[in-house]
Amino acid sequence: MEISETKILICVTCPVGCEMTVEYKNKDLISVTGNNCKRGEKYASNEIVNPRRVLTSTVILSGAKIKLMPVKTDKPIAKDKIFEAMREINKIKIEAPVKMGDVLRRDFTEQGINLVAGRDA
Amino acid sequence: MVIIGGGPAGLAAALEAKRYGINEKEILIVERERELGGILNQCIHAGFGIHIFEEDLTGPEYASRFIRRVREEKIEYILDSMVLSISDNKIIKIITVVSPELGLCKIEAKAVILAMGCRERTRGALNIPGTRPAGILTAGTAQRFVNIEGYMPGREVVILGSGDIGLIMARRMTLEGAKVKAVCEIMPYSNGLARNIAQCLGDFDIPLKLSHTVVQINGRDRLESVVIAKVDENFKPVAETREVIECDTLLLSVGLIPENELTAEANITLDNITSGAVVDETLMTSADGIFACGNVLHVHDLVDFVTGEGYKAGRAAAEYIIENIGNAKTGAPGASRPTVGTVGIEIVPGEGVRYVVPQRVNLKNLKSSDKFLFRVNNIYRNCKIILKADDYIIYSRKKIKVMPSEMESIEIGEDILSRLYKLNNINNLEICLEK
Ligand SMILES: Cc1cc2nc3c(=O)[nH]c(=O)nc-3n(C[C@H](O)[C@H](O)[C@H](O)COP(=O)(O)OP(=O)(O)OC[C@H]3O[C@@H](n4cnc5c(N)ncnc54)[C@H](O)[C@@H]3O)c2cc1C
Ligand code: SF4
Repeated sequence: MEISETKILICVTCPVGCEMTVEYKNKDLISVTGNNCKRGEKYASNEIVNPRRVLTSTVILSGAKIKLMPVKTDKPIAKDKIFEAMREINKIKIEAPVKMGDVLRRDFTEQGINLVAGRDA
Repeated sequence: MVIIGGGPAGLAAALEAKRYGINEKEILIVERERELGGILNQCIHAGFGIHIFEEDLTGPEYASRFIRRVREEKIEYILDSMVLSISDNKIIKIITVVSPELGLCKIEAKAVILAMGCRERTRGALNIPGTRPAGILTAGTAQRFVNIEGYMPGREVVILGSGDIGLIMARRMTLEGAKVKAVCEIMPYSNGLARNIAQCLGDFDIPLKLSHTVVQINGRDRLESVVIAKVDENFKPVAETREVIECDTLLLSVGLIPENELTAEANITLDNITSGAVVDETLMTSADGIFACGNVLHVHDLVDFVTGEGYKAGRAAAEYIIENIGNAKTGAPGASRPTVGTVGIEIVPGEGVRYVVPQRVNLKNLKSSDKFLFRVNNIYRNCKIILKADDYIIYSRKKIKVMPSEMESIEIGEDILSRLYKLNNINNLEICLEK
């Protein structure tokens, strides 16, 4: 018989940062306590199966007042793809004009996720 | 109206001042950098705007939304322009500005909003024994280098202090290929947000060494190593726990301090604990017609609250100007509003509470939309937050956990207002914790 495991997780969904006690077996959530809202539960179950984070960085920009364009993934990417994604980001060079939200790379790390510009320049 | 500082506090104040009746041509934002947006321009990480937009935005995205609105509203602003002084002749305030375009000039205003933000502390880190090689900088300076200038300050990093900027930079430098060897925090708890400890350190297995400090710095031209040690209850390093860590960079993240040189020179009363001005419920300082909001008033951890405070100051300053014009027309003398420190009652930080903003309130002007913001002085579990009027409990709320790094608030609401109105002659209010 398998026994369940317990883990303390900090929900990073919002700045409240609830400290949750999470009980799970294999990859199934059994119980979550300490979360202030429903999103904590969702975070906990994702965190056990497939932890994800929004990645933010900068890319080299030319032809504008600023030298670097802040960028982010428009959805959270798999945590274990973060360093691979950083290597890709560091190869990108773009030119002004750029608008906030412009897609710089489509299907970034996986289908349906885009790398987008973080401001106008 | 002159607004000093074009960060989120100043931008919000300008927008709300216009909404409450001040013409866009009568508002001027003075910003010393070449862009509006303040510190947010270098905060490229996500985590902004969850309360206000219910979206997880990056700093530049959050700033852009407000900058766009300020432009749409045609509110005037000048960049590259630094305010050198404010002089206050009661009715008219004179702001001295230096800028490449205007040279040295004086601007007259009926109301002024202080929104200068804060800067990083370096004190405390300065009395570490050893050499002074290159490679020691504040976390915010490193953030500017990496995110704005595109330059990595080092490869092997130790961070002293666990403030949010230090935590954010631990992750940022790791992503850019540096090795962050340790974050040392002298206190037994971190001053950063729990989520930043989890996602900036936890995700990358960066050790957080609580009750640890840097006791020595080694290296001739460039930093070569630091010596860290555990501290005892009196914050004295314990010799046997000394440990050498090789590194070329030491980042300091030992706290932020409101930027109040201008405020002090204008003889505005400052609060020793917050290092910001003493204000009333309208965010007016001890100088009539001068208001303060954002990090210059007290250091915030969330920009959403900064924006909220900016809105409030903008509205209050607009109402102040309009009321005074009304008075001028009817021939009534000067400002109709009583000055902070002369009337109103004090809100005292009680047991377990470090400070409260506002520090004073005029009860009859208190609105149900107002809130009292405060910080606790230690980590407490299973406690109650209490608001007292003299010794009478007006309001209380249970909390599982409170900590100094997270600002708490009591929203006034109709309930508290009606309870306050029922009491006569309140001498002071107190916010405290019951453990
Ligand atoms: C590194 C870092 C990370 C953060 N992370 C988060 C986060 O994840 N989530 C979140 O919600 N919040 C975060 N915050 C907090 C939030 O960004 C700040 O609280 C907020 O930006 C403060 O706004 P402000 O307008 O008061 O000050 P600032 O943004 O500092 O703006 C002040 C402006 O005033 C100008 N100024 C100062 N003096 C003068 C003068 N004499 N003349 C003219 N102009 C002047 C300055 O140039 C500056 O532009 C972070 C803060 C920092 C520093
Ligand atoms: S559980 Fe809800 S309130 Fe708590 S941190 Fe997560 S999202 Fe925020």
